[in-house]
Amino acid sequence: MNFALQVLHVSGPYVLAALAGTFSELGGVINIALEGILLDGALAAVLAAYWTGSPWLGVLAGVAAGILTAALHAFACLRYEVDQVVSGLAVNFLAAGLCRFLLELVFGSSSNSLRVETVGSWGPLDPFLVLLLLLVLAAHWAVYKTSFGLRLRSVGEHPQAAATLGVPVLRMRLWGVLLSGALAGLGGAWMSLSQHQFTDGMSGGRGYIALAAVIIGGWTPLGAAAAALFFGAAEAAQIVLQTYGLRVPTQFVQMLPFALTLAAVGGLLGRRLPPAADGIPYSEEQD
Amino acid sequence: MKRSLSVALLLIFSMTACRRPQPQAAQAASAPLKVGLVFDVGGRGDKSFNDSAFRGLQRAAKELGIKYDYIEPAEPADRENALRQFASGDYPLIIAVGFIFTDDVNRVAEAFPKKHFACVDYALEPGQAVPPNVVALKFREQESSFLGGVIAALTSKTKTIGFVGGMDVPLIHKFEAGYRAGAAWADAKVKVLVSYAGVTPQAFKDPAKGEEIALSQIAQGADIIYHASGSTGLGVFEAAREKHILAMGVDSDQYKDAPGFVLTSITKNVDEAVFQVIQRQLEGKFKGGVIELGLKEKGVGYVYDEHNKALIPARAREQAERARALIVADKLQVPFK
Repeated sequence: MNFALQVLHVSGPYVLAALAGTFSELGGVINIALEGILLDGALAAVLAAYWTGSPWLGVLAGVAAGILTAALHAFACLRYEVDQVVSGLAVNFLAAGLCRFLLELVFGSSSNSLRVETVGSWGPLDPFLVLLLLLVLAAHWAVYKTSFGLRLRSVGEHPQAAATLGVPVLRMRLWGVLLSGALAGLGGAWMSLSQHQFTDGMSGGRGYIALAAVIIGGWTPLGAAAAALFFGAAEAAQIVLQTYGLRVPTQFVQMLPFALTLAAVGGLLGRRLPPAADGIPYSEEQD
Repeated sequence: MKRSLSVALLLIFSMTACRRPQPQAAQAASAPLKVGLVFDVGGRGDKSFNDSAFRGLQRAAKELGIKYDYIEPAEPADRENALRQFASGDYPLIIAVGFIFTDDVNRVAEAFPKKHFACVDYALEPGQAVPPNVVALKFREQESSFLGGVIAALTSKTKTIGFVGGMDVPLIHKFEAGYRAGAAWADAKVKVLVSYAGVTPQAFKDPAKGEEIALSQIAQGADIIYHASGSTGLGVFEAAREKHILAMGVDSDQYKDAPGFVLTSITKNVDEAVFQVIQRQLEGKFKGGVIELGLKEKGVGYVYDEHNKALIPARAREQAERARALIVADKLQVPFK
């Protein structure tokens, strides 16, 4: 029971970022910027909680910062058809630098923020875990049971066909990316608020691992969430095994997601196909 | 981007320093000594190791009238660059905080033989000499950790205590070895759980991991956890607050980070060492070599004051002081690995 809770706790940000990546890619936009969105969300959450004293405003600020950061990525990718991987990496570097700069401005240290309060628990329940469960179910429902989901998937599979049916391709893609920003921003807020502070570089590659989970999960919300949960479980197991005197090298655990991703894209874990137009820019003038 | 940022900040700092109107008398005397300090992973605000070094710097500014600038390197490659940046400027004394700088200091000290360097926790390789313009500031952390182990073992009700290390390296093994030996010396039946946060410098700034490790040690019965892990330890304090157990701080007095939940802090007076090096530089007595501080030299110790007195049982205090006397008198050898 204890271990299960610990797994959920470690996995939370991974799962949210994996859902975020799924939404973006289902609409046809690769979102390498998840790493930067996590960071910006984490910092915004701490800043808002620090200034207002309200951790819930911190959560909101984290989501808002995530949306803003994602909007930057969307602006580059959709408006100017910048290569999506390049844009995403640029956003990540920008976020890393910006966070250190703001930390220095506000807290006089480019490494650590001061301590902030976190959201209180609801009885025995951690509000973040409740939110997480609801979001995973809602994501599945939105993708497969709503017209929004159908349209989103259509612009990711075959934007030209979707356009002929009157689906506003770029607007749908924008929604996918912004939703992605909101989810990953929440993941960032979770990271920083649950440890009561922001630490430079605290995303620690979680954004990239989430992308691996998107691929292993076969571009479905439930699949991505399950893969992210698995990575979280591996990390938690490494921690717990250590206290029993069993040393699993951390390198092995850190390698696991990427090794599995290679296996997945190599077809060793069954066939998985990305949305057909994933990563391909679409311009409205072309047809 | 990050590097140019620190350069820009540095420029701003030095410009404001120049512009400040100086009193006539001070102008007649020589300009104040400028000291450059480069922080370790974890950076300013870790409330532990780095902040201890910074206190020494601030005290020197106040009492000795020196000027200082500091850099918090973002990437491993920035460490050497930061040292070079100071070395090529008008900083006669440059202080590097952390064992991780050992190779960087060696390289930069060779390139700038006229500058003086101090490296806290400099890792001395057997058979290798410290460069003549470098002073290695070393501590016998195993001795103070031994006292920590005694206190933890005699305070624990579950007879299970934990240790959370940052990066899995010989420097941190000293803390672990002393702690284990102290616990065994006080009560052979006490079980010590040991975990490390990782094998890269990142392990010193991962509070989330620190919290998860502490929670899993608590789940196995630990009711006192000692950390030697930089800002990762802030997560250990969060776990202590959440589960109402006691944590032990490191390097600085960390009582304020979780009041009521910090049994004691195993201190390492980096501030004192930094201050003394600056003082020697000012007096023209800087000398390369190794300065090693242990219990005897009061370079390490543990906190016992009005805040935490009530948390430490009388017998634990008694035995810790007995151990201290034995170690200072060289009657008790503390293992360091």
